[in-house]
This record gives sequence, structure tokens and C-alpha cells, in this order.
Amino acid sequence: MKLLILSILLSLSCLTAGLSQADFEKRIQTELIMVETGDVVELPPGTFMISGSLLMDGKKNVTIKGAGREKTYLSFSDQQRGAEGIKITNSENITLEDFTIQDTKGDCIKVQDTKGITFRNVRAEWTGKASKKNGAYGLYPVQCEAVLIEGCEAIGASDAGIYVGQSHQIVVRKSRAYRNVAGIEIENSTMADVYENVAEGNTGGILVFDLPGLIKKKGGNVRVFNNIVSANNYKNFAPKGNTVGQVAPGTGILILAASDVEIFDNQIIDNKTVGTGILSYFFTEKPIEDEDYYPYPARISIHDNVYEKGDNGKMQPTWKHKVGFWLYLKFGRKVPNILYDGIVEDDFLDTNGHLKPEYQICLKNNTNGTFLNLNAREDLKSFNTDVTGFECEQPALKPADLVNN
Amino acid sequence: MKIFKSITCLLFGLLMVSLVAPNRKTELTDKYPAVLSDYGFFAGEMAALQPAEGVLPYEVNAALFSDYAYKSRMIRMPEDAMATYQAETVFDLPEGTELIKTFYYPIDAKKPGKGRIIVETRVLKKEKGKWIGLPYIWNETQTEAFLEVAGGSREIKWKDEHGKKQTLTYQVPNMVQCKSCHSHAAEMVPIGITARQLNRSIGKADSNQLTKWQQNALLQGLPAPENIPRMASWENPESGTVADRARAYLDSNCGHCHNPKGPANTSGMYLDIATSNPAQWGVHKAPIAAGKGAGGRLFGIVPGQPNASILTYRMESTDPGEMMPELGRQLIHKEGLDLVKAWIKEME
Repeated sequence: MKLLILSILLSLSCLTAGLSQADFEKRIQTELIMVETGDVVELPPGTFMISGSLLMDGKKNVTIKGAGREKTYLSFSDQQRGAEGIKITNSENITLEDFTIQDTKGDCIKVQDTKGITFRNVRAEWTGKASKKNGAYGLYPVQCEAVLIEGCEAIGASDAGIYVGQSHQIVVRKSRAYRNVAGIEIENSTMADVYENVAEGNTGGILVFDLPGLIKKKGGNVRVFNNIVSANNYKNFAPKGNTVGQVAPGTGILILAASDVEIFDNQIIDNKTVGTGILSYFFTEKPIEDEDYYPYPARISIHDNVYEKGDNGKMQPTWKHKVGFWLYLKFGRKVPNILYDGIVEDDFLDTNGHLKPEYQICLKNNTNGTFLNLNAREDLKSFNTDVTGFECEQPALKPADLVNN
Repeated sequence: MKIFKSITCLLFGLLMVSLVAPNRKTELTDKYPAVLSDYGFFAGEMAALQPAEGVLPYEVNAALFSDYAYKSRMIRMPEDAMATYQAETVFDLPEGTELIKTFYYPIDAKKPGKGRIIVETRVLKKEKGKWIGLPYIWNETQTEAFLEVAGGSREIKWKDEHGKKQTLTYQVPNMVQCKSCHSHAAEMVPIGITARQLNRSIGKADSNQLTKWQQNALLQGLPAPENIPRMASWENPESGTVADRARAYLDSNCGHCHNPKGPANTSGMYLDIATSNPAQWGVHKAPIAAGKGAGGRLFGIVPGQPNASILTYRMESTDPGEMMPELGRQLIHKEGLDLVKAWIKEME
């Protein structure tokens, strides 16, 4: 093992003088194939041009470690083959740390069907202009269990910078998402904690979605707390057709058709259109061809957050999105911070016309937690800002547990 | 100085090759032959690709498109062992079975006499109940092929069936890439050894190859011919309707990943022949993680509108971040694309 690292280091000094980057790529790929349980695959300092996806499958207790986020760069700007930069599948207890991965043609790092995956001090970024040609996801664990993302950074993704999909037991913390369409997204996932992150300058800061048509039908028990979600006002540069393409520029936190979500102790600052949105899938106006799909948000708790915006709460919502424009027409620059679409079925309501406990949306103790109920079951004519029926409490959700999952 | 550095580097290079690479490789070459000839799959000159005794060539109804490569397929089972028939899934194959698939290009497709370029042979071997994929790359002189776990690439020039000159940097997949197609419920599996694919005659013979397998005591449990499912051959209009052939094409080119237990199940889009719900083929289905692969289109399939469907966009793209399949294709498969477009066109 040591000898291998030594030889890689030696060969590095030779890169300019003949030993090609292709040799390096082949060596790393070979090592990812041959690596044994408990081994560390070291990525030395330097910038390496990689032409095809680096793949690892069926490994246990393996760490892929760079020399540091500012020292080891894997650049895929000339990528010829493969839909992602690094792809890890069917593995157990894998750690990726201390490197930067750049400019992949598709996703930067995809991890699928893996139990125990840690991303630590990894940066995934697209270095050019924000473009729909950028890959969809920066860090992309999907169908995984026990996911830890910490101290990471994701920049420039045309879908989500940090995206956890169809997974169970998840912690995303102390990470930063900047200038992505969605900063951090938790989708069709259960038992997730998202805390102490900074989501800034994205189109939407933090999204909690349940989408139809997937194997893992239902997300839930998602806690989003102690995050700074600021100035997520960037233009939406997602390719058309993708669900995040419908997120309005100026969105702080957005809950779409998810259940059991607790949003608390966040600073939600200067998001010009929606501080926190709570929407049903019908709001996307997309067809649903999945009988088992539940399209409504339910048991949502928004408490103890601080909302601030522009000059004394005044900020012009985006005009580049029909909802933003509608908000501007109705409220001008003083748009309420918490928006609920109010799309419900009759039997969701009690005799007072309030949501029954199992469907409740609860708002409590938010600073500047101004509320808008679009009441959009049929049209947008009967919107109101009445919080009656929404001043309630939901039991605190359980924390994620990465150890005893 | 520069010369000195070059020499130093050459030495380091040699150091690596002599010390490190062999150490690492030994682990594999202890277990598996480093050269293809050691298996004894071929009789006579290797490049003739003639099966040795005990090695049986076979053909499939709907082949996977691999950048217009030609393929030779063979199977070897241990003596006195046989496969067990399954109607819907891959046959149960005995321990030690080897599937031998060789990829080559004719120098001139219209003039077979001009010879061919053999690029790689993939050996899929069943050991202790599990399958492993081993890529062997042929040498220039076509006398031997060498195990390359990390795959490789090779410049290929040939004249296709239309007499058109083609060039390609052919990519030999690495061992992990083998599994990214050959994967079912996270296990490596063969793909083509199914009743649907093998239910056909072989070569010019009229006899059904499954019957032949049975006669040679290589297959048990074969039902009467009329009860064996058969997949259409996408290139043969007589083998089925446009829909039959398009579904066969999608099954063999996409269905190995896009099925409820395949690696692409993250997308909720299933293109295997067993999936009967059009929404799961992509009809009016919004993309999940397609990113720019959606090409600005809204749904996987828009009935009647092939050019508004994401499915055809991804078949038509050659951008690694957009194209489908993700692996094993650099060229656009025009004939396959035309068929899928015709199918979507006639859909209501």
C-alpha cells in the first residue's frame, strides 16, 4: 500500500515530463477496483484531469482521501465518458474526504445502494458560469442508509448541490451550498437532520420534497434546524422539465408534498419571494401517474425561526416566476414570509374548517413569521393571511441516528 | 536536465511497473488467467474465433447496441453440468459456467474477406455462486488478449455496411463498468441467457438453438416450443409489430438497468419487457434526476411526439452527461432510434 502511494507521488513529479494523466487515471481506477477492506485510497495533492467516471463497487470500510480540499483537485472538464465523476455502488462504510471534484459532465459524486457513506470536507463544483449545462447534482447519495455529509461545499449544480434521495438516516451538517438551483435537497427520504449549514445564493436554499413514481414512495421525519438560509435569489438555471425548474428565485425553504417535517431555529434572511413555502404536488401542475403517491404536505411544524428581509421586511419578489409576480401584484414589496398553498381535500378539515391534527401545518414563535394561505384549491381569489387554525404545535420529531439505523 | 528528468521518470515508471503493478496484479492473476489463451476457448488460431470442444456458440434475438461492434457469443459449462430453464429470468447456470463475448469490427463490412479487428473479449464466469466479469484486450497482432481490470481504449477505423468510413475510440469497460450493466438486486448477473433471447435458430440452421442445447444435454426443463416466450428481433420487421420490436430493443438496450431491481430504479423508469404500465415506460412521466439529460422536454414519452420525448433525446445525445445508455455507446444508433421514434409516433 505504502509503496503504491509512494509510486503515485513519484509519478506526479513526472507528469509534466512524460507520464500522462491517463496513466494516473488508470492507476486510480485500478486501485478502486482492487482495494481491499479497510484500505485507504490516497489522492495526492495536485490537479488531475480525469476523462471518464471513476467507479467503485461492492467494497467495505474503504476511505478515499485527498490531501485537502484546496490541494487535491479532480477535474472532469474534459470528461469523455460516464455520467458522473465518481460513482460508488453496493458498498458499506465508505468515506470520501479532503478533495475537490470539478466540472463533471453529469453528477459529481453519486453513491447508490450503500450502507454507511460519509462525505467529509469534499467540495463539488462547477467552476464556470451558472448554466443548465452543468451537471444535476454535486453530492448525490441515493438509496443509501446512514448518510453523513459534513464540512462539504457544493457550487453550481443545475439541480441540487447536495441532494439526498430515497435514503434513510441522514445527517447533513456544517456544509455550504452556493449558487445551485437547489442548495440542499432531501427527497423521498426518511429520518433526516439538516443543521448548521449555510445555503446562500441559490435559487432555493433548502428543499424537502416527496415526488411520485419512485421506489421509495414516502419521505418523512425531516428536521431542518440552525441553518442560515440567506439571499437565495439566484436565477433558476435548471434545465426545463426538471421539478426544481419550477422553484421561484428567492425561495428560502420549500416543502413539497412531504410529511412530518420540522423547520426550526433557522435564520431565513433576504430570500425575496418566499421565506418558507409549503406546497402540495398539485401546485406543480404536473400529472400524477402513481396511485400510491400522497401529494399533500402533512404534519409540518415551523417554529422559532427568524425571518428578515431587505429594508424592514420589504423586498421585491421575483417577476420571473408566475407566483412571484402574482405576489408582487397583491403585496408589492411586502410579501408574507411563510406561504402555504392551502390545497386540501374536504375530509382534511374539521367542522371549524381547520386542518385535522393528522394534516396540520403548525406555525409557532417565528420572528416575522407573517403568513399567507393561498387557498388555491380552485383559484387564487380567496387567499388570506389568517393564521387561525395554524397556531398549533406538533410533537418534536426524532433525531436521525447514523449508528443504530 | 530535461533528459535527466525524463530518464528519472522512466526509471520511476519502471519501478512502478516492476514492483507495484505486478504485486497488485498478482492477486488477480493468481485467481484468473492473465491471458485469454489460457482458457482454451478457441480451437486453432485464436483470431479465427472458432470454438474449442465443449464451447458452444449462441445468438440472441435482440442484441445490445455497442457502437456498431460485431459480437461473437459462446458459452462453456463444466462437463456433465447443465443449465436449468427459466421462463422469465436468466437460466440457472451451473457453477463454473463461462460466457465468452468477443467484440470486433470488420475492416470492410461489405467485404468480409478483408478481415477484422478484434478488440476485446469479456469473460463472465460463475464462481462460488457469484459472477465476475473479466475484460481481455486483444493485441495488435491478434494473437493474444490480456486481462485489463481498468479497461482501455483503442482507435478503430472501419467501413460500415453502407460503405461509409467510420472511426471511433473504442472503450473497453473496466471491471466495475461490467457490473453497472450486469447488475440485478446489486448482484452481478448475465443478461442474454434468457428464454426470450435464445429462442431462435442459430446461423443458417433451421433448428432452434434451445432444442440443440437440450439435445446436447446442456439444458433441462425446456417446455414445448409453443410455450417458450420469444422476443422480437428489433432489426427484423417480420419478427413482430413496431411496438414488439421497440419494446425488445428497449429491453435489451435499457432494461438491464431500467427495471425494478436494476441500478436505474432510482429514476422510476422501467424499460424491461416485463413492465406493462406505460407510465413506468415514461409516458407522461416527469424526470427525476435527468438534469440536462431532459433536453428541455417535459416527459419521458409524449405519445405521438417522439421529438418531444426525453427518451429519444437521450438516445440522440452523445454528451456523457445526457446520453443513454450511459456506457458502451459513443455513436448514435440511428436504426434503433428510428424504431423507437416510430413506436412513440404511433402511440395514442
